Amino acid sequence: MEQIRNEMKMEFLALSSNEGFARVTVGAFAAELNPTVDELADIKTAVSEAVTNCIIHGYERKEGSIWIRCRIEGRRIEISVTDIGKGIEDIDKAREPLFTTKPELERSGMGFAFMEAFMDAVEIVSEPGKGTCVTMHKTIGKG
Amino acid sequence: MDYRFEKEYGCLFLKMPEELDHHQAEILKEEADTLILEYPVRSLVFDFSDTKFMDSSGIGVIIGRCKNVRFSGGYVKAVHLNEQIQRIIKLSGLGKIMEVE
Repeated sequence: MEQIRNEMKMEFLALSSNEGFARVTVGAFAAELNPTVDELADIKTAVSEAVTNCIIHGYERKEGSIWIRCRIEGRRIEISVTDIGKGIEDIDKAREPLFTTKPELERSGMGFAFMEAFMDAVEIVSEPGKGTCVTMHKTIGKG
Repeated sequence: MDYRFEKEYGCLFLKMPEELDHHQAEILKEEADTLILEYPVRSLVFDFSDTKFMDSSGIGVIIGRCKNVRFSGGYVKAVHLNEQIQRIIKLSGLGKIMEVE
């Protein structure tokens, strides 16, 4: 069987109303891999977490743009979510379950924990004042 | 608005939205707190019958409402969860502070 190769890029404003749009679009792109219902839910949840982080933390609910790039190679999907917002001071701390810099907004601090639980790997590249790029990947159909 | 509230004998039923993400959580939070303030809520029931999607923003909104209701001595319960939502609740440890049916 020939290996699937595909790629897509999207850019949208950092508005909370775009969270649903982003996860559904990535989900539709991933459909080519015939994911199970659970695998699709995993991808959508991870994308939702990453995009919400850009809006709440990256841009602190102010104006900005978010970029998503998805690549499919064989059974593997790679998703990058990027903002050019304020960046993360301490990435290790940010990854800790229940850690949040915004308890007043009732953030649960589970964002990165969920991304890690639902994807095979999550890589965070960030620089304070410059922005954040979260890259996650998952191999579909591992059973 | 794709969710609603039902009040019955001191019990507040919160019909959760179809997609409980950060966007919907903000709307739900405001409306739920107005009702909890106005109405002597003894128990709060989150009804997930219509909910197909939830992320960590949903966890935040539930924990916040639990605190508000517990403060006045009430109890909190979640009902009609699909598999995806059950997984999220389990992962977050929320099942330990709230009854799940």
